[in-house]
Amino acid sequence: MITAIAIMALGAVVLGAALGYASIKFKVEGDPLVEKIEAILPQTQCGQCGYPGCRPYAEAINKGEADINLCPPGGAEGVQRLADLLGREVKPLDAEEKPKAIAFIDEQTCIGCTLCIQACPVDAIVGAAKQMHTIVPELCTGCELCVPPCPVECISMEPIGENLDNWKWKYPVIELKKVA
Amino acid sequence: MLQLFKFKGGVKPQTNKTQSVGEPIGVAPLPSRLFVPLHQSIGGTPRPLVAAGERVLKGQLIGGADGWISAAVHAPTSGTVRAVAEHVAAHPSGLTTLSVEIEPDGRDEWIERTPIDHGALAPERVRERLREAGVVGLGGAVFPTHGKLTASKTVPMEELVINGAECEPYITCDDLLMRERAEEIVRGVGVFRDLLQPKRVLIGIEDNKPEAVAALQAAAAKLGENFAVVAVPTRYPAGGAKQLIRVLTGKEVPSTKRSTDLGVQCFNVATAYTAWRAVAHGEPVVSRIVTLTGNVERPRNWEALLGTPLAEFVALGGPKPDTDGYLMGGPMMGFAMPTMDAPLVKATNCIIASSPALFPPKAPEMPCIRCGECAKVCPHELQPFELYWFARAKNFGKTQEYHIFDCIECGCCSFVCPSRIPLVQYFRFAKSEIWAREKEKNAADQAKARFEWKTAREEREKAEKAEKLAKAAAAQAAKKAAEAAAAAAGEAAPAPAAAEAATNVPAATNPPLDAEAAKKAAIAAALERARAQRAAVEPKNVDRLTPAQQKDIAEVDARRQQAGIEAPPTAPEESQP
Repeated sequence: MITAIAIMALGAVVLGAALGYASIKFKVEGDPLVEKIEAILPQTQCGQCGYPGCRPYAEAINKGEADINLCPPGGAEGVQRLADLLGREVKPLDAEEKPKAIAFIDEQTCIGCTLCIQACPVDAIVGAAKQMHTIVPELCTGCELCVPPCPVECISMEPIGENLDNWKWKYPVIELKKVA
Repeated sequence: MLQLFKFKGGVKPQTNKTQSVGEPIGVAPLPSRLFVPLHQSIGGTPRPLVAAGERVLKGQLIGGADGWISAAVHAPTSGTVRAVAEHVAAHPSGLTTLSVEIEPDGRDEWIERTPIDHGALAPERVRERLREAGVVGLGGAVFPTHGKLTASKTVPMEELVINGAECEPYITCDDLLMRERAEEIVRGVGVFRDLLQPKRVLIGIEDNKPEAVAALQAAAAKLGENFAVVAVPTRYPAGGAKQLIRVLTGKEVPSTKRSTDLGVQCFNVATAYTAWRAVAHGEPVVSRIVTLTGNVERPRNWEALLGTPLAEFVALGGPKPDTDGYLMGGPMMGFAMPTMDAPLVKATNCIIASSPALFPPKAPEMPCIRCGECAKVCPHELQPFELYWFARAKNFGKTQEYHIFDCIECGCCSFVCPSRIPLVQYFRFAKSEIWAREKEKNAADQAKARFEWKTAREEREKAEKAEKLAKAAAAQAAKKAAEAAAAAAGEAAPAPAAAEAATNVPAATNPPLDAEAAKKAAIAAALERARAQRAAVEPKNVDRLTPAQQKDIAEVDARRQQAGIEAPPTAPEESQP
């Protein structure tokens, strides 16, 4: 009887020590799920979800504080992928989906106030005080954060149309022909 | 006799080549307008070097190569530049691309041409010349040729394969070129041979072109070159680079590698021809041989200027009345030209007029019955039926696991499918979706990195600013303390002159206490100044008050005093005179 208890106790101590060691040795820094959520988010850093950037939104989703349908640049497809990852229900996007656009500065009107440069989360605007500013189109994520600070309203969002660089082969569809 | 090998799969469609080989290559007349797209090859888009209104000569550079993998573009004839603007491209999408519109002046006047002796020049100079002359792969892939002419340092160059197979039905442009201009092709191959130094040179031609084989053999013999001109069995797609390499050398290029990793390089015969023209005649690529066939009265091969609008080109063949469209390329891999304004480009090897009789509309798609025919004919040993399921379900990760990017879109699977499923269309769709996603992912990663960098920079700036402020405040305090100490010393100095030294001792022995006191005094002085300033500001709304208003104010003040609140400092002076 005593022996059995001693054996069980010994086992408990050994296993407990092993588990304790493993939890220290194999500790994962940060939450891997947050990384996965963040990888799905489009990284526009636009704040349209109500969080200051994609990372905070990913953290809020992970904690269950935020819904998965708050990211307009991610679109319905982003919601779908988040739902797949998290096993949550797909919801319609909580905003209207806009075509992808990038900002454009009307250089005639720009007064060189640098407010848009400060607002740009990805440093996609070049210029200096009292010098004309311009947007580097390859770096612009279309977050629209530069639009409200402009005092002379010289920034507009230009939709990116289809061109030979971004053209895609379409999904094959069967053409239905009208019979009689 | 060279031992030949076999590639797996392949099909034998009706070749339909005899129609267009009856006549020699004709020189197409000058069109009324030319639309030369700047982007005609793989790689960077050439920069436009001319403006509207400028006069250009034939062969003049109009688009400068941008980056190493890019090829220059030249004016196909002399004339006036009418515009540098967007024009519909020879592309299935029907989208526009930046093009140079030239109105020919009819004189076809060449710019000064300077031949080079490639044997006497360094290889880099020869490659540079090919890049400047806009020489690209004319077999259809339009990869800049100079980019393929650097021998690998690690892998010795074993074989140089010259592709004259021309396996697609209808197309005969390479066949006619080999028959009529074999000598220049052989000389061009000689240029490639000199640059790459391979152990042997193999020219592969499908055995349905005996005249071309004979012509090249004769030319090679005449020039004393020991090139092996080999007739390979006719089977589509024997003209695919990897297939021809397999047939001629027995080497199978693995999925993740390129033929150069195995010591093999492959060029098209027309590429060799244009390379020779560029080297020995100083002529850039301004025209190419295009087969005009299909539903036309006079099928034939034409040497047409690049940029010729489709409408003017097809008029040469006299399209029959029931023609309902034009294909660029062959029936297996080609696409329908979007409009009649679309120009001929470096990749245009063939234009086929289509009619409902020639290419009957496909019967509707039926479900896949998993018969496996597509897998049997796939020359890359893929499993098209599996790829089809995944592409259809938009399961792109799975399509990549099944090596969708090894698919060369040859169309064999669609050709044999008993359910008439447009398999290649599904694969093209999946490929372009995967590319788009990859691009988006890269852009997102870049944006994230830039955002993190900006955040870090802002934080650093904030910390630096705070530090600077703290430093300035400390300096200010020290200065004040020093001033106060000096003042105290000054005050103390005249006094002790008369008085005893005892008062001087604490000031000298206890300076920190003194500094503290000075600081307190300074603060008190500042507060005093602020109060005085506040007092100096007169409230504007209490001027010229009526007696009734003054009475109200007096009452309010009285209530305030009762409640124990101090009256505002300015009000009493006005309301309680």
